[in-house]
Amino acid sequence: MSENSEDKGMFGVSGTGDTSGYGGLVRQQVNAGSTPRPYGSYFDDVTDELERAYPEFNDAIERVVVDRGELTLYIKREKLVEVALILRDKLLFEVCLGVNGVHYPQDKGRELHAIYPLLSMTNNRRVRLEVSAPDSDPHIPSLVEVWAGNNWHERETYDMFGIIFDGHPALTRILMPDDWPGYPQRKDYPLGGIPVEYIGATVPAPDERRSYR
Amino acid sequence: MSTFASSRETTEGRIYSVTGGDWEDVAREIGSAKEERVIVNMGPQHPSTHGVLRLMLELEGETITELRCGIGYLHTGIEKNTEYRTWTQGVTFITRMDYLSPLFNETAYCLAVEKLLNITDQVPERASAIRVLMMELNRISSHMVALGTGALELGAMAPMFFAFRERERVLDIFEMVSGLRMNMAYVRPGGVAQDLPSDALSKIRELVKDLRKNFKDNEKLLVGNTIWIKRTKDVGYLDLPGCITLGITGPVLRATGMPWDLRKTQPYCSYEDYKFDVITADTCDVYGRFLIRMQELEQSLRIIEQACDKLEKLDGAPVMVADKKIAWPAQLALGGDGLGNSLEHIRQIMGTSMESLIHHFKIVTEGFRVPAGQAYAPVESPRGELGAYLVSDGGTRPYRVHFRTPSFSNLQATSAMCEGSLIADVVAAVASIDPVMGDVDR
Repeated sequence: MSENSEDKGMFGVSGTGDTSGYGGLVRQQVNAGSTPRPYGSYFDDVTDELERAYPEFNDAIERVVVDRGELTLYIKREKLVEVALILRDKLLFEVCLGVNGVHYPQDKGRELHAIYPLLSMTNNRRVRLEVSAPDSDPHIPSLVEVWAGNNWHERETYDMFGIIFDGHPALTRILMPDDWPGYPQRKDYPLGGIPVEYIGATVPAPDERRSYR
Repeated sequence: MSTFASSRETTEGRIYSVTGGDWEDVAREIGSAKEERVIVNMGPQHPSTHGVLRLMLELEGETITELRCGIGYLHTGIEKNTEYRTWTQGVTFITRMDYLSPLFNETAYCLAVEKLLNITDQVPERASAIRVLMMELNRISSHMVALGTGALELGAMAPMFFAFRERERVLDIFEMVSGLRMNMAYVRPGGVAQDLPSDALSKIRELVKDLRKNFKDNEKLLVGNTIWIKRTKDVGYLDLPGCITLGITGPVLRATGMPWDLRKTQPYCSYEDYKFDVITADTCDVYGRFLIRMQELEQSLRIIEQACDKLEKLDGAPVMVADKKIAWPAQLALGGDGLGNSLEHIRQIMGTSMESLIHHFKIVTEGFRVPAGQAYAPVESPRGELGAYLVSDGGTRPYRVHFRTPSFSNLQATSAMCEGSLIADVVAAVASIDPVMGDVDR
């Protein structure tokens, strides 16, 4: 997925639990970089239009990925607001469907990702923006000024991932209690739960059970 | 100031917190105070907030100057929990988000998983038609709650009784098809959990006939009703630019005259094969949203009829992808102890083939692997765009599951709809958004 991570073993058991004989398999996940042109569908048009409307295209956009019929633009975080304004005003992506986070702890220096699905009702197109920030400096500029509807979505992403959206009018927790410690949807935050007891047996909490990965 | 529980100084002046007591006393004392502003905390336990929504209202007299929503009281961590289950088990969780339209949650999720697996084209036609049929039935049952409770909250009792009567009939169909009335986890990646029972289509056709007649009767209760119009006309106003910048979709958007319906504009599950109209209104108010929901019922009935026709032609066709590495056993049967794998299937895996048994065990406990990547699949739920955003790292469990839920986005519009209006209109405005708190908080 991101940065040549690898996944060893078939059943996800570390140590001696694997008796299948397939424990030696290694699956390599390679960072594919940008998709080569032509992208197909309307994706070429969108990128061409963006390049024309935004001279700093090559500087601001790190990767253009077309996968499974979806276009993703990876944008440098300091350029996010500029690109968003051009996408909204020039390319008519009037609607931002919010933002959500993904935590990639193995992606060093880019641990926290923010994903913005955009929708153009005029042209009936979709594009996804992806922005990353390091864990040590989890700041991403807010897009509330561009799309007011991002207000709650950014609060939720802050609540769950600890991404600080600079310029948000009131960045507070939204789903968890105000004094909650930690950011629940990060990968290093345990699921929790309590063991379930039966007569004579106990089923451990979901994140402590042996499972296939 | 004995009725006030406490008061505190803030940068905006002294703020009193009212925590109950006799409202007449409260009103008298407020009237004698110099300060006009009152903060009222409505909910989270309040009969007209659709669950556990908390509204904080700042009033001047009866006019709302500011309104803020407090949410999170129904946060259940569904997104996080799903990361610890297989892709198929995930359906059981996400069906519980928007508990009034579970089939939409399931379909959005399964469409996204299928996109990740690159099997969107392989999903059998019959499975897609069943999904459409079930979703449209679900749209009716969900709109029935929206219309019924919405009317009840504004003081109209009878529409609620009739709406829940029709909803009950639809839930009976769900029970017949899936075994459950809510949260049925019926749609699965690759198809649906099981085929329709043999008498399902005739029962559904009968239901469509009854509903069509009943909807006509029910309409007479509210459409054109003077009291209803006075409570809803020009109330909760939100125009097109407001909807666009707030990311509002569904009936609230269509009430501004924008004919945006994903079933038409970006069809999924072969919606392009069905004939139906996108209903709009141009009033931008609660009455317009109400009329849209009323008329969408008839459109759903039309789609259901067409889906029935389609399914009759596809009788006996598979309802799960052919790839046995992905397909969960879809030959369930109702036994003496409830719904389970069919005896035929059990006989095969237990009696005839060791490999079948191993395969069954592996796919049920370990699940299937999904190639790494991310996908977003939107569907038009009764409330607007419901999008499933999934990330896979190539394993048997999702790496990240996020739902862009219409209730969450649309609820943001409460402030824009209510500020400057009367306090009595808050209830109408919130009801017209039709938020489901399970969908908001997930």
